[in-house]
Amino acid sequence: MTAPASRPLLVAENVSKSYGGVRALREVTFTAYHGEVNVLVGENGAGKSTLMKILAGAESPTAGRILLDGAEVTFRSPRDAMSHGIGIIHQELSLFPDLSIAENIFAGREPRGALGMVDFAAEKARTAAVLARLGRRLDPGTPVGLLPIGQQQLVEIARVLAEDVRVLIMDEPTSALSNQEVDTLFEVMDDLRRDGVTVIYISHRLEEFRRIGDHVTVLRDGTLVAHAPMTETDTGWIVRQMVGRGQEGLFARDSAATGEVLMSVTGLTAPGPAGAVLDSVSLEVRRGEVVGVYGLMGAGRTELMECLMGARQATEGEIRVRGRVCAEATVPARLAAGLALVPEDRQREGLVQTMSVQNNVLLSSLTALARRWLLSPRRERAGAGEQVADLAIKTPGLRAEVTALSGGNQQKVVLARALLTEPTVLLLDEPTRGVDVGAKAEIARVIGDLAGRGLGVLFASSELAEVMAMADRILVMAKGRITGEFQAGQVSEKELVAASASDKAFGGRP
Amino acid sequence: MTATVKGETRSAPAPDGPAAASRWSPRAGLLLLLRGRTAIVLVLLIVVFHTLSPHYLSDSNLLLMTKHVSINAILAIGVTFVILTGGIDLSVGSIAGLAGMICGGLLYEGLRLPGDTVYFSAVMVILIGILAGTGVGALNGLLITRLRVAPFIATLGMLYVARGFASLRSDGGTFPDLAGRPARGNTGFSIIGVNTWLGLPVAVWIMVVVAAAAILVTTRTPFGRRVYAVGGNERAAVLAGIRTGRIKTATYMISGACAALAGLLLTSELGAAYPDTATTYELNAIAAAVLGGTSLFGGRGTIAGTVMGAFVIGFLSDGLVLVGVSAFWQLVVKGSVIVLAVVMEQAQQRVQARMAAH
Repeated sequence: MTAPASRPLLVAENVSKSYGGVRALREVTFTAYHGEVNVLVGENGAGKSTLMKILAGAESPTAGRILLDGAEVTFRSPRDAMSHGIGIIHQELSLFPDLSIAENIFAGREPRGALGMVDFAAEKARTAAVLARLGRRLDPGTPVGLLPIGQQQLVEIARVLAEDVRVLIMDEPTSALSNQEVDTLFEVMDDLRRDGVTVIYISHRLEEFRRIGDHVTVLRDGTLVAHAPMTETDTGWIVRQMVGRGQEGLFARDSAATGEVLMSVTGLTAPGPAGAVLDSVSLEVRRGEVVGVYGLMGAGRTELMECLMGARQATEGEIRVRGRVCAEATVPARLAAGLALVPEDRQREGLVQTMSVQNNVLLSSLTALARRWLLSPRRERAGAGEQVADLAIKTPGLRAEVTALSGGNQQKVVLARALLTEPTVLLLDEPTRGVDVGAKAEIARVIGDLAGRGLGVLFASSELAEVMAMADRILVMAKGRITGEFQAGQVSEKELVAASASDKAFGGRP
Repeated sequence: MTATVKGETRSAPAPDGPAAASRWSPRAGLLLLLRGRTAIVLVLLIVVFHTLSPHYLSDSNLLLMTKHVSINAILAIGVTFVILTGGIDLSVGSIAGLAGMICGGLLYEGLRLPGDTVYFSAVMVILIGILAGTGVGALNGLLITRLRVAPFIATLGMLYVARGFASLRSDGGTFPDLAGRPARGNTGFSIIGVNTWLGLPVAVWIMVVVAAAAILVTTRTPFGRRVYAVGGNERAAVLAGIRTGRIKTATYMISGACAALAGLLLTSELGAAYPDTATTYELNAIAAAVLGGTSLFGGRGTIAGTVMGAFVIGFLSDGLVLVGVSAFWQLVVKGSVIVLAVVMEQAQQRVQARMAAH
């Protein structure tokens, strides 16, 4: 597949990028080869997105330079990069659902006709041409919102191809796609490669990118750790490079002895827009046990958490906490039953930004704090203060606005709110997302402490190292099903990755 | 790298209040001015109008102005609950009018049953009026939370519907005499809108009671805290176990009850029930809330601020009338003051954010 002599087209040379005091990239030299698919992998926070933003002109590097065809270039804006033939497709679709395919493709750069009015005929003709290049027979007049997600992704690609693109950067384009849609996307990428387009492809899915990639580059903690032609690698090698050796000690987990079953879930099933988001999920969490749920984006981790918490309705299945069936699927009922959730996106789902630290911490426990309908400021201060001290939340004061805190401390505020309800089983969805390494280790320590105190903990994560280090037992999810169950310490990264890419539901217990 | 975490300093919760404010700086001074803007404006208004017209602070004018203020303040307090959740209630003026007509009808012609006419005591009539307003508010709430109609649309619709029913009650006519008859046992309705107690209009005392209760509810009850949470981040409130639908519906009921009470005070003051009583009062109420620092995005605002806002609007309108400013200029001034208030609130947010960043 690889051309005999790979020719570097776009090179980031010794590029560094700092945000404030945080170094997101450290002297990375990344090479994209002409007319080939260059895969970039790394865990969340490894610096992939930062590097791509620099290559696409959305950010400028703190140090280092960019070479295009051997000549140094400076991009002042994404538009500037585009004029050099570099286009990017972001992970999140950025389409206008109510506008047609043609209008989306030419949004902001509509072909003009007489009197400066939009030349709809030209727009449609050019759209049809681009769609034909992608091998699609779609009506340019179709509103984008009516298309399935895979075809919307293709519209995004068409938007970039409508300009004269030499380098196409794709940031996790397959995360929302079905298998069949992925196949189609790969065919398109293959065609583009044949046309001499250079593709930079960011992905988490090892099995997938191994099919399409010519080169693979691995980033870890802002540095480039490996670079090789795909044919010289195997899955295990890539995982090792991503995770790094010696990282297991990052969060040391003393596996506590586990006790009786605190929560048991059987046959939990929930519908989604395209098939079930949860398909007959069964699991158990015991006293003092930390259970990790590993899965890629779209595997159903968040949906599982929401269903357990009553924020999403399951159509089938049973949840028992301490043996008692939780029939009513509402958040207050599940809180009362002894479950508490720390949601994935703390800005959108966790914090009330207009409130103080104290009021955020107390939000789930107001009824318990009130005496005859009234809250006592003294009891409020005591309740919140205890949690703040317990979790060592760094805040200028209990009355400080919660937005004044750092990401890690904000996360602890949401955790404190959950803990104040005195849960039996604590549900954590990506508990260390968007917090720095120090705070990650601390949150891991807190989780270990909580299990030590006799709580059951169920946490979801998309980071291999994190699940392997923090969990006693690991469940792997893919496409809404549990596809594997492993004891931590007895499982390799490769087994986890294989299970996360599997379609088959996991049968019996090991 | 190992599991050891840097020796974490256990931050004892510091005393309340942002640390930055304890040191005086020009910026802290500016912030103080911006925070107290409504009170400052009110004092300025009084000083200016007092200089322009010696009659402004006379007993009779103060009595009149505070009565006007109380009615708008009660409406605005109810609306503030709704706005705190991120909603809006455009129907309060119409609810006030409808409540006035329902009570006016009960006092003037009683409840006509087949073969008999029943008269209720003034107290009962007032309770029925407030209950009716609460019911209309509940309807608003259900439309918004169950049928997912946008608050603006639901309450805009109710603005027309409630006004329509107010007219239908009398076929467009007026109930001209609300004094009641001792024989029917329904006298005394005039007390709430006309009488004074300890030198202040009864309406003002009622406003004080309503405001005190509202302050207690917003600051010291779980319900009040949840109202702020729903407006601050509804999704987070849901996941924190708050039944957001119930909270929102309750705020529309409070708004409806306050609107009905205000309508009754106005009707009592006028001594007659007109179907178009309190038309466009919803705008004054919303303006008072906004002037008092309530954010239309929800989550921010206080009852005390709203009451202050009602005073500014009332003292400004009546002052302009007193010094003989034309009705057209009155509108221009009132509108400008409202927009200016929001501009100042934005400035306050910016200064606060900049100070927090230090």
